[in-house]
Amino acid sequence: MPVHSVVVDVMLKPEILDPQGQAVANAIPTLGLAAPGAVRIGKRVELELEAEDEADAVRQATTLAETLLSNPVIEDFRVRPGDSA
Amino acid sequence: MKIGVVTFPGSLDDRDAQRAVRLAGGEAVALWHADPDLHGVDAVVLPGGFSYGDHLRAGAIARFSPVMATVVEQAKVGLPVLGICNGFQVLCESHLLPGALTRNQALRFVNRDQRLRVASRTTAWTADLADEVVVPVKNGEGAYVADAATLDELEAEGRVVAYYAGGNPNGSMRDIAGIANAAGNVVGIMPHPEHAVEELTGPGTDGLGFFTSVLRTLVTA
Repeated sequence: MPVHSVVVDVMLKPEILDPQGQAVANAIPTLGLAAPGAVRIGKRVELELEAEDEADAVRQATTLAETLLSNPVIEDFRVRPGDSA
Repeated sequence: MKIGVVTFPGSLDDRDAQRAVRLAGGEAVALWHADPDLHGVDAVVLPGGFSYGDHLRAGAIARFSPVMATVVEQAKVGLPVLGICNGFQVLCESHLLPGALTRNQALRFVNRDQRLRVASRTTAWTADLADEVVVPVKNGEGAYVADAATLDELEAEGRVVAYYAGGNPNGSMRDIAGIANAAGNVVGIMPHPEHAVEELTGPGTDGLGFFTSVLRTLVTA
């Protein structure tokens, strides 16, 4: 089976406090730049999956995202095809 | 009575937990993350530390270890399980307890003796506790979060086992330090009772109550 690239973006849900993002936001004015409205920090997971086609790869990645890559209590995720091999 | 203590790669407090079990009068049995066999133990402790390096999310990888498959299965039919710190994170990731633990609000790793107000003595692990106990807290990702409906349900059903008193160390919602499942056999607690079992090495011996509780529960079961 061919290998397909898929990208999973994992972000804290909007209602979950992101202290990392806040710390970065607080640091930005020290660079002499305007304070940002908000900074949110998440994770990007790049997967190389053996799959029949792109849709199959996205399906597999979605299952992985739901069970392992994200915690639905605190995080949302988005799956999209990557720069395919 | 045999109490198993699981060692994951990256566990730190497994030896202290074994010692606490022995001081409470139980027999400590070392369990290994890669071995699904619980070796006939009557209860299980998931200790503190950084299982699998806290990669991805604290407790996320440990959930899929062979030993956890058995722990989850047995916990659902009544096996007493106590998750301390990283163990609490593993229990949430395993869906044995609701909610999740996230980065401390102040971003700092917190390490101090912590007062707790005990709110439930009806669980397998909290029956012997006093109204207030002092045990060390040490975590970087200890902020308990859950949606409002879950928090309301936990409080209405008496499933919050302890609240932080004298200051919330990590930003946990509603000052929650520990919770139980509906049956009361599974308890997760962020502070470390296993570090408060001897006058010489801890702030006191308040933590011993967690371990004597389960031993007594097992005897009367």
